[in-house]
Amino acid sequence: MRREIRICGFGGQGIILAGVILGEAATKAGFQAVQTQSYGPESRGGAARSEVVISDGPIDYPRVTKADVVVALSQPAYDRFAGDIVSGGAVIVDESGVTAEGAEVQPFTATAQEVGHKIVTNIVMVGYLGARLDLIDPAILEETVLRNVPPGTEELNRKALKAGQELFAAQVS
Amino acid sequence: MLETTLAPAEIADLYLRSLGGTEHFIQGDEAAAMGALFAGCTFFGGYPITPASEIAEVMSRELPLIDGHYVQFEDELASISAVIGAAWAGARSMTATSGPGFSLMQENIGYAVMTETPCVIVNVQRSGPSTGQATLPAQGDVMQARWGTHGDHEIIALSPSTVQECFDLAIRCFNLAEEFRTPVIFLMDGEIGHVRDKTVFPSIGEVTRFPRRKGTEGQDAFGGETIPPMLEFGDGCFVHVTGSTHQDNGMRDVQTSTVHDRLVRRLVRKIDEARDRIAMVEVDVMDGAKTGVLAYGATARPALGAVLQARAAGAKVSFIRPITIWPFPGSQIAAACDGLDRLIVPEMNLGQVNREVERYVDCEVIHFGKIGGEIHSSAEIRAEIERANR
Repeated sequence: MRREIRICGFGGQGIILAGVILGEAATKAGFQAVQTQSYGPESRGGAARSEVVISDGPIDYPRVTKADVVVALSQPAYDRFAGDIVSGGAVIVDESGVTAEGAEVQPFTATAQEVGHKIVTNIVMVGYLGARLDLIDPAILEETVLRNVPPGTEELNRKALKAGQELFAAQVS
Repeated sequence: MLETTLAPAEIADLYLRSLGGTEHFIQGDEAAAMGALFAGCTFFGGYPITPASEIAEVMSRELPLIDGHYVQFEDELASISAVIGAAWAGARSMTATSGPGFSLMQENIGYAVMTETPCVIVNVQRSGPSTGQATLPAQGDVMQARWGTHGDHEIIALSPSTVQECFDLAIRCFNLAEEFRTPVIFLMDGEIGHVRDKTVFPSIGEVTRFPRRKGTEGQDAFGGETIPPMLEFGDGCFVHVTGSTHQDNGMRDVQTSTVHDRLVRRLVRKIDEARDRIAMVEVDVMDGAKTGVLAYGATARPALGAVLQARAAGAKVSFIRPITIWPFPGSQIAAACDGLDRLIVPEMNLGQVNREVERYVDCEVIHFGKIGGEIHSSAEIRAEIERANR
C-alpha cells in the first residue's frame, strides 16, 4: 500500500501544516510516512504545495509522482499542481475561488466559516481527507491536530476537524 | 527565568533527559540540530542559508534553554572563525551552511585542520555552482568537502540517508571530531534536510560522548603523539595556536622543512591510519550478482528501492551505501564489489564519488548523474540496472 497525497493552495493557507499533520498522524497510526513541500521565494502568497506519502513499507522515493488525491485550495495552485494523478485518482477543489472542470468540489472554506473562522479551512480539509483516506484512527488525527496548532485555538480546530469529517460522512451517506 | 542552583551542564542534562525516548515527525535539518544537542553541542555560530536554515532555527530556539550560545554572524567567514574559537574555549561547536557558505568557509576549515580543532561543519548541499538553484538539492560538494581547502590534509565526512540518520550521525560527527581532534563535515543534501520523517530521540543515557582529551601545562598540544591533548583557553596553561607550520609546542617554525613534514604527515596519518575504524558502509551483497548499485545520501533511498524491485523481478543485484564518505571506505567497497562485472553509481552531480570508486574496484563503474534539483526516482535507477544487465 502506498498513498500519495498532494495538498496545494496559497502560501499562508496552512497547506504545509496540513501535510505535516497528515504525515505525523500516519506515523502515529503505525504507517511509514514522509512529507515534503515546495520551497521557494515564489511560495510566499503564490502557489504552495505540501506532499505526503503514506505506506505500509519503506518509502524509497519521498516525492509524489502520481498522486492518488490532490486537494487544491486556490486557483493558481490548481492550475500548477493538479496534474500528474493516477487514473481513478481524485482532484478535490475548494468551492470558494477554484474553478476546475471535472474536479470534485467541497465547501472547505464555507464550512470553516460556519465553524467560526476561515483560518481553519486547512483543518476542515484535514478532517475531510482523514475520513476519506480511512487509514488513520480519528482519535490519533485529533491528537495530532491539537499538538500542532497554537495554544488557545484547540477548540476551534477540534470543531473544524469534526466538521471536515462530517462533510465526508454526509457525502457517502 | 526560574531561580536555580543547578549548574548549566545539569540543566542541559535535565532538558535532554526530558526529550529522551520521544518520537517526532521532523525535517532532516531539525534532526541534525537535535542530534548535535544530544552530542553535547553548546555553541552554534552561523549565517542562515537555504536549505540549511532550519538547523540555525532549531539551534536559536534550543541552545538558550540549555545555557548554550547561538550567535548569528555577519557571514560565513566570521561563523567558522567563531566556531573554531569556541572549540578552543571548551565548547563542542558547530555551524551549518550550504554550497555558497561552504565555499566561504574553506580557508578556515584548513585552519581548523592545521590547529587540530574539533568542530562540526554541516553542509546541506544545494544545486550549484554559485547561487544555482538555491532551494533545490544536489550532491555537488563531495570533492569540495575533500579538497576545498588548500594543502595536504585528510578530512572526515559523513552522509545521512534518512532523517533518523541525520540525528544519529550528527552525534557521531561530534565524537569523531573529538576523537581525532579535527573538523568533521556532515555532508547532508537539501532533500534529506527538508523531508519530514519519523525520528526517535534516544534517552540521553544511551548517547556516547567521546570526552575531550585535555593536557596540562607544559604538555605539547601539537605533537609528541599522533593525537595530542588540547590545552583549552581559560585552563591557565600557555598555549599558542597558529595556522602556520609549528613545532610540537605550537610555536611557529615556517622555515624548517622537517618540522613541516613531521607535522603535516602526522595530521594526515592520524586519520588515514584509522580509516577502517571511521568507515561506515551498508552492504547488501547478493550471491552471484554481476551488477551492483552504490549510492549515498538522499539518492540511496530510491537506489535501494530500485535494487529491491529488480530483485523482486528475479535479477541479482548488490547494494552498497557508503555512510562515511571521507576518508573514502575504498577497501570495504572493493570487498563488496568482489565478483561484480559492473557497478552503477547514481549521484546528484556530473561525476564525483564514481571516480573515487574507480580507484578501488576492478569492475566497470557506470556513472548515472542527475542534476537540476530533482532526486533520482526508483524507476530511473531500475531502468539503468536493466540497461546494464542487458
